[in-house]
Amino acid sequence: MSAIWLAVGGMIIFTLGYKYYSKFIAEKIYRLDPNFKTPAHQYKDGVDFVPTNKFVLWGHHFTSVAGAAPIVGPAIAVYWGWLPAILWVLLGTVFAAGVHDFGTLVLSVRNKGQSVGTLADKLIGQRAKVLFLFIILLLVLMVNAVFAWVIANLFISFPASVLSVFIQIPLAIWIGYSVYKRKGNMLLPSIVALAVMYLAAVVASGVPALQIDLVRYFGGEGASVLFGLDATSMAFFVWIMVLMIYVYIASTLPVWKLLQPRDYINSHQLLVGLGLLYLGMLFTNPEITAPVSNSSADTSWFPLLFITIACGAISGFHGLVASGTSSKQLNKETDARFVGYLGAVGEGALALVAIIAVITFFPSTAEFSATYSGFAAASGEGLGVFIQGAGVLASGLGIPASVAATIVSVIVVSFAATTLDSSVRLMRYIIAELGTEYNVKPLTKTHVATTVAVVSSACLTLIPEGPNGFGSGGYLLWPLFGTSNQLLAGISLLLISIWLKRQGRNYWPAFIPMAFLMFMTLYAMILQVLTQWAPWAEQSDWLLFSFGAIVLVFALWILFTAFSAIFNSDKDSIEKSA
Amino acid sequence: MTDKKFSLKRLFEFYDEVLSLPHKNEVARELRDEDDLFLLLVYSDLLGIPNPAFYYTLELYPYIIEKFHDWHLRMGMEKSPLDGIRCC
Repeated sequence: MSAIWLAVGGMIIFTLGYKYYSKFIAEKIYRLDPNFKTPAHQYKDGVDFVPTNKFVLWGHHFTSVAGAAPIVGPAIAVYWGWLPAILWVLLGTVFAAGVHDFGTLVLSVRNKGQSVGTLADKLIGQRAKVLFLFIILLLVLMVNAVFAWVIANLFISFPASVLSVFIQIPLAIWIGYSVYKRKGNMLLPSIVALAVMYLAAVVASGVPALQIDLVRYFGGEGASVLFGLDATSMAFFVWIMVLMIYVYIASTLPVWKLLQPRDYINSHQLLVGLGLLYLGMLFTNPEITAPVSNSSADTSWFPLLFITIACGAISGFHGLVASGTSSKQLNKETDARFVGYLGAVGEGALALVAIIAVITFFPSTAEFSATYSGFAAASGEGLGVFIQGAGVLASGLGIPASVAATIVSVIVVSFAATTLDSSVRLMRYIIAELGTEYNVKPLTKTHVATTVAVVSSACLTLIPEGPNGFGSGGYLLWPLFGTSNQLLAGISLLLISIWLKRQGRNYWPAFIPMAFLMFMTLYAMILQVLTQWAPWAEQSDWLLFSFGAIVLVFALWILFTAFSAIFNSDKDSIEKSA
Repeated sequence: MTDKKFSLKRLFEFYDEVLSLPHKNEVARELRDEDDLFLLLVYSDLLGIPNPAFYYTLELYPYIIEKFHDWHLRMGMEKSPLDGIRCC
């Protein structure tokens, strides 16, 4: 079957979801009011609270939420066949992610633009806020570890991409300064920066001397380097250390100096990436070679599929963006449908094309099954397969597949690096906030908080042992990342349900996806913690067991607290504010 | 935006606006922080911090008085801290 049909079918479902389901949600459930004075108008200050055109705000919201995660998850989950992955992405986006992103935006707009964390405090209680902070802390810790591994892994697999990624840093600083000091325009310099990066990628693809290949420098695969480490392990170690030093500096600098100009260049890359893949697909008209479903899987798809694909189907991180920045810039309350729901649809479209790139890459089903031989193999290889598959799709536009693969790896590394920057910064803020909450003064200092964030992330990235030894097992943390992300989404949906119930409205459209998500997340977690990672299990792993157990305890705790709140008829200030 | 005629230039402007939204906010925040410090220096004498350039800064009052209310709110003072300026 041609993959184009899959893309067309997916787009039709997304369109129907936006046209009918989001309209029903907007009119009957959230009851948007075009005359409601949004926080952007109420607290207008020209900095945080700025009324913004809905198309502009959607663009910004989408580029903030789209990253490497909707690519990594689907690239692993196709192990269970393409049908379960596609169904979860489509139905998850339409019925869960759309309602969640849209809902957190409306909830925040109706409550002075406050973030979901603060709203948890108001709706459930003080303990919920602290629990919420701990869950976000775990989430960002997982994000740091997983994305540091993703970048190190891609640097080792695609050494031609290293040069471009490092060239981006001085270019971003230059753009940041030119905009800040000279009030210059960003568009042209950022396009020049992008051109320089891609030129470096093209040149490095053809000139091995420009490929920074640490494994080769250390004597090639299998060579012993230091302390009994082989070349690949040593390369992982060096890259992870370099990345950690980089994020330390990046996350303590003012955002306008490095983070935002990088974001700006990466936003072009999102467009380039989506364009390359969707247009390339039209020209190559690829056949699907992956199996529809995998009946001989060594790990059951139920319930693991629902945490393997987090971003792309539903993601709690979107709620943080929706309630953290977008809600403060919404011009009219009715714009929330366009910005929130379509933001989720954009992410779904990215996940859809990621799935297509992987399931059309292999020439035959047998070769697909040989690479995706087990869940662990799928987790380790998935992203590399996506990049090569995306390279093949892009070759439809006349770009040689190897050059296209280097460019796609530059795009994925750039996304992952931006996510890593922001998440280390976020972790620093949370550590400082917890320091204030528990009166631990040193933690409120920038450099102490950043050191704690960076050192804990580095340890977590280096500890898991993968097939290539020390540092190469970061992908083992992916289910934990998915769990904490889904948990966050579940809690946000729960907050929306509580709010709707207190308004006396139909809360089922938020409650049903919440119950589904919470059940799947907790079930997957209990299954993994107790039967897979526990000390008495076959593949026992203390690290994963401890982290899994902590996430599980937090999840159950916050659920009990929240459920007691949902059935509590005591109405608080939140209702009056709405 | 929608009432204007579609053109390539307009498309580029829109694209630039989408991408530069967060940067504009951050640059505005940075400039506001600089302004806040400047206002503190200007009002320092009234707040009890000796300022040798007081007579010169006094001349700036008519220009910055409009910003005074927002400034003291941002600095965490709900009411005007200065007897001479009663904005709220």
